[in-house]
Amino acid sequence: MAYLKKSPWLLHYDASSCNGCDIEVLACLTPLYDVERFGIINTGNPKHADVFVITGGINEMNRQVVKNIYAQIPDPKVVVAVGVCATSGGVFRECYNIAGGVDQVIPVDVYVPGCAARPESIIDGIVTALGILEEKRTKMKEQEGSA
Amino acid sequence: MSKEIVIPFGPQHPVLPEPIHLDLVIEDEKVKEALPSIGYVHRGLETLVEKREFPEYVYIAERICGICSFIHGATYCQAVETLMNVEVPERALYLRTIWSEYSRLHSHLLWLGLFADGMGFENLFMDAWRLREHVLDDLEATTGGRVIQGSCKVGGVRRDIDAAKLDEMSNGLDGFRGELADLVDVFLNDSSVRSRLKNVGVLSKHDAYADGAVGPVLRASGVASDARMLGYAAYGNLHFKPVVEEGCDCYARCAVRAKEMYASIDLIKEAVQKIPDGPIEVKVTGKPDGEYFARAEQPRGEVVHYVKGNGTRHLARHRVRTPTITNVPPMVKMLAGCELADVPVIVLSIDPCIGCCER
Repeated sequence: MAYLKKSPWLLHYDASSCNGCDIEVLACLTPLYDVERFGIINTGNPKHADVFVITGGINEMNRQVVKNIYAQIPDPKVVVAVGVCATSGGVFRECYNIAGGVDQVIPVDVYVPGCAARPESIIDGIVTALGILEEKRTKMKEQEGSA
Repeated sequence: MSKEIVIPFGPQHPVLPEPIHLDLVIEDEKVKEALPSIGYVHRGLETLVEKREFPEYVYIAERICGICSFIHGATYCQAVETLMNVEVPERALYLRTIWSEYSRLHSHLLWLGLFADGMGFENLFMDAWRLREHVLDDLEATTGGRVIQGSCKVGGVRRDIDAAKLDEMSNGLDGFRGELADLVDVFLNDSSVRSRLKNVGVLSKHDAYADGAVGPVLRASGVASDARMLGYAAYGNLHFKPVVEEGCDCYARCAVRAKEMYASIDLIKEAVQKIPDGPIEVKVTGKPDGEYFARAEQPRGEVVHYVKGNGTRHLARHRVRTPTITNVPPMVKMLAGCELADVPVIVLSIDPCIGCCER
């Protein structure tokens, strides 16, 4: 992808992360890493978002919250699971309240490794997700055209 | 005749990086009552003591929270070491103190940023986080991790910092102090910031004490209480004085944290001067038996780690009382009677760390 045609907005939700990945997601938005220069904005409104960035594993309390937020984000959308907890439950996978990674409840497009995930890998993950978002958008257009 | 309505706040909310839910009972624009509910980030990690041996569990203890990570790990180690009568080398205690104070710097800068964002001052948020990167650079250079350090172990620390690096860190803090002064000046003297914070979320000295507030929330209400006064790790050998403010409002809580950063810089510089040579760890043999409460000062207030051993490699119980959970009842008191638009500022003023709080 040589350049971005659109300004993707992201929504961040902390499922059951220890905060480590959350603060690194926020660090991506601040001056040293500054993803805002690509037009990426962290929004609080699911209906404005294109990219769902989620940290931490799924527990009984947030299962429905995650599903609700996902359902509210308009298509096309991509989900980025940041950190090893969002991927598989991580060090907490054996805890009684952790059901596992985010893919237990919603489809995940990109997995970002790390505990805590480094800002560089988070940015890499989001850029990969933007490529997938573009593919999804093209596919949606084709389907609309053939319908 | 006004009508009461209930406004849900969270768990997913623009001003909260972490999920907490509040039901705000509103009459006109005034909050009559705030009813918190928690549990969105509960993992149940304390039970992992049954599955991880006590030296390995340090990694789990650090991951109670990614902001207060180092101090959680160090306090857990402190608890187990006392239980097992381990004599930790002096140099390791100084290194723990230095890293703890760096953690406090990064946490307070993080909070100042989020607080600025909460009151709608985005430029200030960005500036605080820009400055925070200097602290993270030093943490990463000395421990290998930005937010989760993993440099503490039962019996000492995993890594040493050589004299040249210690000097470089100490000198670096001089320039940092100048930049910090510019930032703090905006928080404490800017008229729009003052108007958002002064007389907002007042918590009287009596209420703060009676409701069990800890850390900056308690100290901003005029009570000089800081677990570092206990002199654990190397604090006993350093000149430490708690920062106390009498304002009882959001502005005072902001001022306590701002001034604590200067105190942290002084502590680090003093520790660098006084740090003795010697080993950084001792070999730990045996199995923990008995029980112990270890107390330490987190950026958010006093944390208590309780450990109970049963004579095996696995602890029988580990329990943490984190500062945020004890600061929730004072927060509920601050919210009663406030204006709806001030809710984000008041909630953020206790520096909520839900990751710690629910574990």
